[in-house]
Parts: sequence; C-alpha cells; structure tokens
Amino acid sequence: MLGKLSWEAVPFHEPIVMVTIAMIALGGLAVFAAITYFKKWTYLWTEWLTSVDHKKIGVMYIVVAMIMLLRGFADAIMMRTQLAMATEGSPGYLPPEHYDQIFTAHGVIMIIFMAMPFFTGLMNLAVPLQIGARDVAYPFLNSLSFWLLVSGVVLINLSLGVGEFAKTGWVAYPPLSGLQYSPGVGMDYYIWALQLSGLGTTLTGVNFLATVLKMRTPGMKLMDMPIFTWTCTWANVLIVASFPILTATLALLTLDRYMDFHIFTNELGGNPMMYVNLFWAWGHPEVYILILPAFGIFSEVISTFTGKKLFGHHSMIYASGAISILGFMVWLHHFFTMGSGASVNAFFGLATMLISIPTGVKLFNWLFTIYQGRLRFTSQVLWTLGFMVTFAIGGMTGVLLAIPGADFVLHNSLFVIAHFHNVIIGGAVFGYIAGFSFYFPKAFGFKLHEGWGKAAFWFWITGFFVAFMPLYVLGFMGMTRRLNSSTNPEWVPYLYVALFGAVMIAIGIACQLIQLYVSVRDRKLPQNACEHGDPWNAHTLEWSTSSPPPFYNFAVLPKADCIDPFTEAKENGTAYKAPNRYEPIHMPNNTATGVVMGALLTVFGFAMIWHIWWLAIFGLVGTVVYFVIHAARDDQGYMVPVETIERIEAEQHKRLVAAKAIPATATRVETSLEQA
Amino acid sequence: MANAAHSHAGHDAGHGSVKSYAIGFILSVILTVIPFGLVMYPSLPKDVTLWIVLAFAVIQVLVHLVYFLHLDRSAAQRNNVIAFVFAALVIVLLVGLSLWIMFSIHSNMMAH
Amino acid sequence: MSNLVTNVGHAHGLDHGHDDHHHDSGEITVFGFWLYLMTDCILFASIFAVYAVLVNNVAGGPSGHDIFELPYVLGETALLLFSSITYGFAMLALFKGKKNQVLGWLGMTFLFGAGFIGMEINEFHVLIAEGFGPSRSGFLSGFFTLVGTHGLHVTSGLIWMAIMMYQVQKNGLTATNKTRLSCLSLFWHFLDVVWICVFTVVYLMGTM
Repeated sequence: MLGKLSWEAVPFHEPIVMVTIAMIALGGLAVFAAITYFKKWTYLWTEWLTSVDHKKIGVMYIVVAMIMLLRGFADAIMMRTQLAMATEGSPGYLPPEHYDQIFTAHGVIMIIFMAMPFFTGLMNLAVPLQIGARDVAYPFLNSLSFWLLVSGVVLINLSLGVGEFAKTGWVAYPPLSGLQYSPGVGMDYYIWALQLSGLGTTLTGVNFLATVLKMRTPGMKLMDMPIFTWTCTWANVLIVASFPILTATLALLTLDRYMDFHIFTNELGGNPMMYVNLFWAWGHPEVYILILPAFGIFSEVISTFTGKKLFGHHSMIYASGAISILGFMVWLHHFFTMGSGASVNAFFGLATMLISIPTGVKLFNWLFTIYQGRLRFTSQVLWTLGFMVTFAIGGMTGVLLAIPGADFVLHNSLFVIAHFHNVIIGGAVFGYIAGFSFYFPKAFGFKLHEGWGKAAFWFWITGFFVAFMPLYVLGFMGMTRRLNSSTNPEWVPYLYVALFGAVMIAIGIACQLIQLYVSVRDRKLPQNACEHGDPWNAHTLEWSTSSPPPFYNFAVLPKADCIDPFTEAKENGTAYKAPNRYEPIHMPNNTATGVVMGALLTVFGFAMIWHIWWLAIFGLVGTVVYFVIHAARDDQGYMVPVETIERIEAEQHKRLVAAKAIPATATRVETSLEQA
Repeated sequence: MANAAHSHAGHDAGHGSVKSYAIGFILSVILTVIPFGLVMYPSLPKDVTLWIVLAFAVIQVLVHLVYFLHLDRSAAQRNNVIAFVFAALVIVLLVGLSLWIMFSIHSNMMAH
Repeated sequence: MSNLVTNVGHAHGLDHGHDDHHHDSGEITVFGFWLYLMTDCILFASIFAVYAVLVNNVAGGPSGHDIFELPYVLGETALLLFSSITYGFAMLALFKGKKNQVLGWLGMTFLFGAGFIGMEINEFHVLIAEGFGPSRSGFLSGFFTLVGTHGLHVTSGLIWMAIMMYQVQKNGLTATNKTRLSCLSLFWHFLDVVWICVFTVVYLMGTM
C-alpha cells in the first residue's frame, strides 16, 4: 500500500537531523499561526499563490531562493566545521553517510534551488518591465513554472526528514547512482526534485523567449533591449537548448533504476560514461545560464550609478551571444581525465580558453563605462567592483584548468572547488545580491538600508577570500574534494582558516537579514520611500512606472526608440506625461491551476520515490485532468476599466508631484511617450 | 513590430493547400520507399547504401518541414526558422561532439 | 482627479484593440509551442546520441539485424504518413470553417495513429516475449527507450486529439480551438519528422 515507506524512513536516531526538523517544524508552525492570527490566508491565496502577475511570481521566486540560500549555507558551514574537526584521525561530528548527503544537498540546492530561482525571480521582476510589456507571453505557464520549482524544493526538503538524500555528489554519476550502489531513496529524491524543477525551468525559458520576441513595446528594436533583458535572453536560449538534455538524462537514469534498463550500468552493455557526457552537456551551459544574467545586472548597476550610457551596448550583446554559443562547445573540460584522446581534449581545452575573450570584452566595457563617469559608491556598486576583482581571479584559475595537462593534476582536487566557488559566488551570487538591492525598491517601493548592505558586502567578500583561497592551496597540496576527514597535518591550518572564512560569510548573511528587518521597519522614512518609482535616476523603462508598479505595469505602452528611453524622456521633459485619455487594458485572470498542478506533481514525485504506484498514477492523471479542465475553461482574461486606471494613475500623479519629479501644475498633454 | 506584427500578413500562406499536402505526401512516399527498398533488397555496396539512406532521410525531413510544418522564408515564419536553425545547430553540436568524445574514449580504451 | 480625464482624442476604438489582442495571443501561443517543440527535438537528439553509443553493446544478445523486420516497419511508417496527410486535410477543413469535415479527418488521423501505436505495442510485446526486453542488453535498452519515447509522444498526441475532437464537437471551431489544433498539427507533423530519423537510424542502419 505504501511502497517502501514506513516509520523507519524517519531518522529518529540522528540527533542533528531531528533537531533540524524540530526547528523547521517550529518555524513553520509559527508562520502558520501568524498567518492565521492576522487572517492573511485569503490575501496570501488570492494575491500571491494564485497570482499570474510576473512581479509577484518574481518576488516568490526570490523568497524561495533566499530560504534555500540559508539551507544550502547551513550545509556549507556544517561541512567546513566537520573538516576543521576531523583532522589527523579524528572522526569529527558527522558520520560519513550523513556528510555525503550534505555535500550532495549543498550542491543541488545552491545551483538548482538557490541560484536558478534567484535569477528567474530577478528576470520575472525586471524583464517584462524593461521591454515595456504588461506581462510575460504566457502568464499561467509562468505560475506553473514557479510551482514546479516549489515541487522540487518540497521534495528535496522532505528528504531531510523522510528517508535520506543522495550520497553521490551533485553530479550523481553512475554506476554509483545506479540501483546497485545506491539502492536507497536518496537518489530518487534527487531525480524527481531535479526533474520537476527542470521542467519548470524549460517552460520559463520558452516563456521568456516568446516574451522578448513577441511582447516588446512598439518601437523597441531587439538590439535596443536593455542589457539585463539581453543577458537573460541568452540565458533562456541556453535553457531551451540544454535543459532538455538534463530531462532526457534523468529519465534514462530513472529507467535504469526503476525498470532494469542497462543504459548507464556497468554490466550488460550499459555505458556510464555517456551519463557523464550528457550531464555536462547540460551542466556547462547551466553555469552560463547562472552567470549571464549576473553580467546583465552588473551592466545595469554600472551604467545607472555612473550616470552614463553603458559602453559598448552592442558589443555586450554580441559578447553574451559568443559566450552562449561557445558555452555549448566546452563541456568535456569537466572530464578531461575520462580517457578521450589528445585531439578531443585539445579541442575542448582551446574552446574553453576562447571564452575568456568575450568575457574580457565585457570586463573592459564595464571599466570604460566607469571611466570619466561619476560613480556613486552605493552597495550595488560595491558588489559590482567586488565582482570584477573576484571574477577575474576565478576566470584565470579557470583558464588554468582548461589546460588538459594541468587538469590531470588538479582534477577532483579542492582547487576545482575553489575555482567554481570563485566564479559562482564572485560572479553569480554577487550579481544576484546586487540585483536584489537594485530592484528591491522597484518591487516594494522603499530602499534597503545602505549601511547594513555595505557591511554585508565587506563580510561576504573578505569571508569569501578567507574561505576559498586556502582551498586553492589545499588543492595544490593534493587534498581531494568530498573528503569527510583528513590525516595530513600540513592541511590543518588551511582548513581552520577556511572555516573562519565561512563564519565571516555567515556574518555577512546575518547583516543581510538585519538589513531586511531594518529596511522594512524604516520603510516610511522619507529617505527610504520611493514609491514614485525612480530611486536611482536610472535609464530604462522599468523605472518609469511607480514602485511597486500597478498590476498592468504601464497605463499606456511606453515608446522606446533608443537604448536608454527613460533617460531620454527625462532629458526631453516628456517623462511622466500622462495621455489625454486611457483605454481599457486586457489582463489575465489569476488561477489556482499552477498551485494545484504543482501539488499533484509533488504527490506524484513523492509516490514515485517511495514506489507507491497507485498514488503516482493518481498524481499524474490528476495533473493531466486538472490541466485539461483548466484549458477547457478557456479563460480569456478581463478588461481593466478606464476608471480603475485613472484612479491608480491619479495616485501616481500625486506621488510624482510630492517627489518633485513633475511640477504640481503639470497638465496632461499629448506626449512622445504615448502610443496610439 | 512586437505586439501586433505580422498578424494578418501571410495568414493564409502558412496553411498549405490540398496540392501542397499532396506533393509533400508523394515526395515522402518516394523518399521512404527507396531507402527501405535499398536495404531490404541490397544491390549497392554497403557504404553507398548508407550514404543514400542518410541523404534521403535529410531530404525527407526537409520535405516535411516545408510541406507539412510550413516553414518558409516569409516574414511570418522568420522567428520559427531561426529557432529551428538554432535547434539544428545545437543538435549537431550535441550529437556530433558527444559521439566524437565517446568513440574517442572507446578506441583509447581498446574496448572491442 | 477629474482633471486627468479630459479630451478623448484617439481614432482607435476599444473593440479593435481587443480583437487584435486575441488574434495575436493565438499566434504567440503557436510560436511558443514551436519553441517547445525545439526543446523536444533536443531531448530526442540526446536519446539518439545514447542509442548510437549503445547500439553495438549487444552483450551476447541479439543485434538489430536479428530482430528488426523491415516490412513491418514500413507498415508502421505508412500509417504515420497517412495520418500526416489526413491531419493536413483536417487543417485545410479548419480554415474553411467546416466543422464536420474537421472532425472526420481528425477521426481518420486518430485511427491511423492508434494503428501505429497498436503495431508498436505488438512489436514490443513480441520482443519481450522472446526474451529480448530492454533488460537484456544496452542495445535493447537504447532501442526501447528511443522508440518508446516516440511512441509515448504519439500516445500523448492521440489523447490530445481525442480531447480536441470533443472540444470541437462541443464548442465548434472557436479561435481557441483553432489555435490548439494548429499546435497539435505542429506536434503531429513533428513526430513524423522524428519517426523519419528513427526508421533511418534504428531500423534501416540497424538492418544494413
């Protein structure tokens, strides 16, 4: 009846796990009680969970990402503590099978459930606004994508208390991840968590590609799209090109594990090396999916806070494109040592090094943008400058690893760990945090506290260098990755320093949480509130509407015929000019279908993991039937009446007058920002 | 160009006609029967047969794209064609490089 | 507030804009579906690559030469080809607005497709009964995965087609149904393209 599921699946005998579960349960109960006490369930359901508004979906993505950042970071600091304790023969405090689950969970969570939703959230928040659209191309699909991600999040967190997680490392290579060597449910949690959220990501990629190709405001040329939109677009191109490979690979591994196929097995003619090949054919483009949007954010930040046009807007677009295409031709550098010939290794090594050229183009573009600008040293700019230094170092160690001969020495050592944390933290994460504080006022109408933001930056960046530079050294000294204890006394000081660095990053994260608290507390203070919409004196269309924007984004579709249309409008004095008359706006209705399908697919995934076949069939059939019913309703959305638009825009008019963005006497005239 | 572009232009061109479907069908039949015949009744050297079969497959895929999926050079189809060409590039890279890698490993390990 | 609501000065009426939106949204949906199909293409490409890597790993079991029957495959191919042209005629009837013709052609397409799936199930059944199931060897795993994935797609297409026939029967040839039938058309013809690759790479090259 319940497949493999029984009470023994709950690890009562593991105090660390049980304490964690108890804390999560208490926290969840507190949140539940608070929502009930303040009678916010209806609000939450109608305004957020069932929303198809890209801005709200974006915020929900970022909330999930930040929660998962805390979870993934807890894993990280547990590992660093274990490694600092388990030296010279001491076993440390984490048993090996638990430690193995932690490093697997850390990798999966940070890549799939922290970085991906963070980027997707920022993209949801900003891209439709940047191209002057009222929503994405397929609003319901957007909601479904989000709830598919949540399915994955729920499954991976369930594995903490019900059963176990994979012990294979985040790459889950067979034969180790095959049934023979990983008979437990941990691998199945891995498979279904990744499979469901991966489907959501593919749909997001399709959705946003259609959005930028078909939903741009009239007059906006492709090459005039803001740079963040462009880097997200390239990331989406990579998503639709690479995520199907992951879907296929996981499905094949599923067949091996569930139906006794021999695709990636050792025996009867399977080929585990093909898994490695396919995994990285997805996995390498994946890291460019993470980094490209961060490049876009840095570009926006630099051009905004220097008050200049971005240097080389077109070259930035072409460089991102070159990175995307080249990024699809380098994946073998993750397994130089697997045994392909010299010519194969040379080809992929050279292709890898070539990527540093377009990346260098970008770095110089940012530097030239700063040159002769008046740089305002805000926290966002600090993150950007920190990124430029840190990422350059990470890039250089990457070029070093691209040499097959060097890689044979450093493969699977801590040098590799140091390298990819160097580029992912120093590149993607810094970018997302910069983007978070850059776009926070847009989403909520008030700024984040600068002091705590700067403190967070300094702790993060020092902590990063203190934590990861020793890992480069340890890699050279021969320490391999995924060790749960060590015996070499020479490694010990470096392991202590690395733990110290991790603690500094923890303080940085604490500063961010305090920053959130302080900012929310002080949101009404005049220096923080910025509901009129343009706190940074920025260039692009997302800043031309109020903060938070009205649900329809733009009362009148804005006109865009250059790279920085909002700056141009402000210079011409045509910004904020209201039209003579509004027209009704067509908007999609909210729908619970995304939530319900996500819930049913979570049930399906859970049932598959535990071999509860009747429940799996129920989950899958239920999902399809619910979707068919949703489709048969054929909801055409609704028209927002002119009166509603006028009321909302009148409020915005008052805010603009109060912010002295427009003179109090401003009357409505026909303007260039207006579209017929 | 974005929201309302191409809405009317090329609307009817994209659907084909009885004639175009018939042409596509007849071409497909020919392009299917010949390679099946060549393999079922071997009359040419093996490698020649292989190349002919592969060439016919590529041509038949193109026939289907043009006559059944209505890909053409019209403005209305431009994004679709770009998407297809890009997917084809990815497939060539993915399959080509994967097979190069795997067969290189295979021969290096002398696994026969 | 009232001072914001002055002059009415635009030629374009509300209804016009409204219609445009619906018209566009159908077109955008079909474009998005095409993008999805491209992702499906890449998914199939991955499985083709896996098949190509596994094809010689027969592990003492049968090779393609031993188990493939080309006349049977030719029969399957014929069914799919017929279903393609009947779906094409359904689309032509759709744009002429002839509901009953649409239903008739869709019904025929459904029968051809169901025939194809029936033949495929029979082929799989015979192989498994002979002891040549997917667990027998890497080659057979790859074969069942590749051909089975295509078969699953066709089956999904059949379910979708059945739902569409019901929808057309009930609601007629609405704009939404037109959009959805256009998407299904792309899906159906796309599966035909995949089948060309399957019969070439798997059956013809395997028998050669």
